[in-house]
Amino acid sequence: MKRFTRDQMAARVGRDIPNGAYVNLGIGLPTMVANHLPKDREIILHTENGLLGMGPAPEAGAEDADLINAGKQPVTTLPGASFFHHADSFAMMRGGHLDFCVLGAFQVSVTGDLANWHTGAPDAIPAVGGAMDLAIGAKRVYVMMEHLTKKGESKIVARCSYPLTGVGCVNRIFTDLAVLDVTSEGLKVLERAPELSFEELQRLTGVPLIDASAALTAEPVVTQRREHA
Amino acid sequence: MINKVVATAAVAVADIPNGATVMIGGFGTAGMPSELIDALIAKGSKDLIIVNNNAGNADTGLAALLKARQVKKIICSFPRQTDSWVFDGLYKKGDIELELVPQGNLAERIRAAGAGIGAFYTPTGYGTPLAEGKETRHIDGRDYVLEYPIHADFALIKALRGDRWGNLVYRKTARNFGPIMAAAAKCTIAQVREIVNLGDLDPENVVTPGIFVQRVVEVPAEAKLIASPGAAA
Repeated sequence: MKRFTRDQMAARVGRDIPNGAYVNLGIGLPTMVANHLPKDREIILHTENGLLGMGPAPEAGAEDADLINAGKQPVTTLPGASFFHHADSFAMMRGGHLDFCVLGAFQVSVTGDLANWHTGAPDAIPAVGGAMDLAIGAKRVYVMMEHLTKKGESKIVARCSYPLTGVGCVNRIFTDLAVLDVTSEGLKVLERAPELSFEELQRLTGVPLIDASAALTAEPVVTQRREHA
Repeated sequence: MINKVVATAAVAVADIPNGATVMIGGFGTAGMPSELIDALIAKGSKDLIIVNNNAGNADTGLAALLKARQVKKIICSFPRQTDSWVFDGLYKKGDIELELVPQGNLAERIRAAGAGIGAFYTPTGYGTPLAEGKETRHIDGRDYVLEYPIHADFALIKALRGDRWGNLVYRKTARNFGPIMAAAAKCTIAQVREIVNLGDLDPENVVTPGIFVQRVVEVPAEAKLIASPGAAA
């Protein structure tokens, strides 16, 4: 079984973000999507700490401590960028202005519940940041994650065992094994990793899946990296 | 003549009492009013309730205030970072109280305080542990959680320029919580890189009107700090 690489996953997410979209990319794996947005589309990146039109990381030596992203890494602005305060930034999410967000996850349930902020371990220090606001605020919520835990358990579950970030908020799941839509009929498999049968995917996932897929016959093409993060 | 300019950071924070609720601007170190925090450490006020997005980075600024054991409780969205060892240590020993708030609810609760809103219904957090025990309401097909404003006795914020009326402009993403905290506190103290003459700020570009600001301190020299990138939001 060939798994999608992280670059292939990021490129696959990028293909599902249309021209003109306002997008927030979560911390971690979703950040990679910025490098794989199709070059022929104009896509505006939002960062929760008050910037629309976020550009790539600056050249070494050109970092500005006042110009950072949600991960507190230095970034740049693109022509057309704007700055705003935190209440406006989250009004963009909660108010339904932001078209897409891409989030990492510990677990997603068959009904689109998301768990991505806290393991619930008694000694863990909880931290939520903007995850809950993004999860319920963006018009469409994409999740990007490994399909299985390190122990081989499915991260797509009947019911999340970790504390929830949002209820019924996830629209589409991109994993290293498949692309799935959360629908009212259940989880619909749109694509499978090369050489992975639906039956094998079903066995690995555990919860009932609906087959609307074809296994990819060739390695998916990774769109050319765009110098834009 | 109105003159909100105060000579030093020490004078600006001199009346912050023990037990005060103090909002501190900044997202990580961007917009963090480090010199005002240093003055508050020197002043030594205890049992403070601090409102900030994070809970301090490394050993300076807010982290130093925590380290000095001046903070009883922190209200924030993202305490855990790669360099939040001061908070982590206090929290694990039970030496600091944490109220964890989703970042957008934190911003809106601060905004609501400044805007005179008694409470508001927000969809953020519904059905999660952070909404447990809170009043909920189904409005127009959607579920909401009732959240209350966060008022403060003082706000310490950082801006780029200010004038003697307290009008402020900010710099890049260092703006973050500054404008909403300015409105939410009874007494807002802004440290600015430069105090300019009245009239030098273009009224079209003033971000925080002076009515929300009580004191302005000029802190010209600034150390360039980049927070170490961490799993942080």
